[in-house]
Amino acid sequence: MEMLSNLAMGFGIAFTPFTLLLAVIGAFVGTIIGALPGLGPSNGVALLIPISFSMGLDAISALVLLTSVYYGAMYGGRISSILLNIPGDEPAMMTTLDGYPMARQGLAGEALVVSGVASFAGSFLATIGLMIFAPYLAGVAYKFGPAEYFALYMLAFCTLGGMGSNNQAKAAMSAAIGLALAMVGLDKSTGMPRFTFGELHLQDGIDFLVAIVGLFAVAEVFFFIETHGKDSAIGVKLGKLTIPWKMLKRTFGAMMRGTGIGFVAGVLPGAGASLGSFLAYMAEKSVARDKDSFGKGNPKGVAAPEAGNNAAAGGALVPMLTLGVPGSGTTAVLLALLLTLNITPGPLLFSERPEIVWSLIASLLIANVVLLLMNVPMVKVFVHILSVPAWVLLPGVTMIAFVGIYSLTGSSFDMLMMVGFGVLGYVMRKLDMPTVPVILGILLGNAMEDNLRRAMVLSNGDWTYLFSTPIAIGLWIAAILGFVAPIFLRRLLKKPPLPETDPSLNED
Amino acid sequence: MIRGDRIFGAVMIVIALGYILSAHGIQTSFMSDPVGPRLFPYMIATVMIVSALVMVLRPDPEAEWPAGPMVLQLGLALVVLIAYAYAITPLGFIIPTAIASGILSWQIGGNPMRSAITGVGLGIGLWVMFRLILGLSLRGFPVGWGF
Repeated sequence: MEMLSNLAMGFGIAFTPFTLLLAVIGAFVGTIIGALPGLGPSNGVALLIPISFSMGLDAISALVLLTSVYYGAMYGGRISSILLNIPGDEPAMMTTLDGYPMARQGLAGEALVVSGVASFAGSFLATIGLMIFAPYLAGVAYKFGPAEYFALYMLAFCTLGGMGSNNQAKAAMSAAIGLALAMVGLDKSTGMPRFTFGELHLQDGIDFLVAIVGLFAVAEVFFFIETHGKDSAIGVKLGKLTIPWKMLKRTFGAMMRGTGIGFVAGVLPGAGASLGSFLAYMAEKSVARDKDSFGKGNPKGVAAPEAGNNAAAGGALVPMLTLGVPGSGTTAVLLALLLTLNITPGPLLFSERPEIVWSLIASLLIANVVLLLMNVPMVKVFVHILSVPAWVLLPGVTMIAFVGIYSLTGSSFDMLMMVGFGVLGYVMRKLDMPTVPVILGILLGNAMEDNLRRAMVLSNGDWTYLFSTPIAIGLWIAAILGFVAPIFLRRLLKKPPLPETDPSLNED
Repeated sequence: MIRGDRIFGAVMIVIALGYILSAHGIQTSFMSDPVGPRLFPYMIATVMIVSALVMVLRPDPEAEWPAGPMVLQLGLALVVLIAYAYAITPLGFIIPTAIASGILSWQIGGNPMRSAITGVGLGIGLWVMFRLILGLSLRGFPVGWGF
């Protein structure tokens, strides 16, 4: 009952005409961002944080706007997967496997409707899951002291790096780069400058927004120039749209199973939406009686991964809100948003600022309903927008990135640093190094050091204190497993290849 | 055999050593905690060196690096972005944006006329959106033009 009254309070705050308008705008922009190849939820939210901050939106409005963008991008990713065989963002990769074959059989409209409904089912149920589980986890997190938090940060780095990359050394390197950058600036407890090299701009440390926009958005520009925008979305065709009730009924089971698997994958630190959709697809394929038709246009193969990736996006909010530890790249960006708004996630957030948590949850539910309406009857609008050529889109995105950082800090130094991060992101992606641990390192580095130092103060310099409680030991074991296990699992979990592209669709 | 991983690893070892050196010079006050401001940076640098050594000793297969003309293109894009970062404060938003996005558009699409139109369109369109609709404080024109 307490949950319902909390939820009513959340709706009371979030359900105003202005925030509804923001939800609609955010959902619209987010769907476009998700649908455009090369721009995913992380880029989209990262680009818009500085702008919404400079617009002077209050915390709740900014949260509504940007979570709508986040969920919108999760919905939008499927559109280009189905129509073009190009995943709009990484989690939508699995949707291409059956979505594109469906489109080639003339079932593009059906595939879009089924995947839209699956997205809704996944994220709506995951939001309800968030309402149920987050307060419990927040209750457990109360017992966490500095030693547990230090172990928890280790866990986040180990699992995120271990699962998200193909080479453990490279994942560890990325995390170390991020942590090293976080150390720049004044040391909190002694007030002494570290690694500033006498540069005044560096005294406050490196702004994580500069790093995020550089690593995600500016790096993308270099990639587009190198490929000459070959992946751009041209030649989209879509026939009449009808709602295939029978197909929806047939794929209902797939949606529910996908949601369950996706939510669990999302809650685990480091797993995230890509793994959620992957596991949902593989599980659905293995329980289905018509295994052979998977990969050839089976609607269940569209419904399961879409429900899975959207449910994982909701599930990933659980550790982010209750522990302050993001489980994926996009939630890392959302954590950056909360920190920008001066909101510190963690167990105290639930008891001290419940209005933030519950209005966020209410706005997620609102965004989902808006998105369902936008993505099923109005999907044609987005199909038209997809035909914006890369040579207009990319320069536009670059300039938006600059404007965001410029209006936030007003300094050329930060923009140069952003370009520098863009180059770093380009080189890292070329070397197959994950960039998300860098972001995580910059976001969590100071808190991690702080907890280590507080633990040492409490124990008077005794290092065994870090392993002194059962929770801490459990987290350390999970961290080691999360880092080492993927080396062995990688051979088992080989990703199936993408279906062949129809070359006639992608000619300029 | 030289591979990207080896070069990156070697560079990172040098950076990590410099990082340790710089951390060694951090001043600490007399009432510091048992750990102090230097230890955590030392730990990070150690992780860096270990993973850099792995990258040097066991590199992955070489990535496809851009060849000659493409390196020039990417270099040009980099110069454009750096110049833009310096130009936006004295010259205002519209003119640098039109030039920079025009060049980037040409690099991706390859058609000069189309790119010029895109550049001008983005310069004006984005300014209208940010300044007039979203209300960000963004100067449109160079200082002294009286706007």
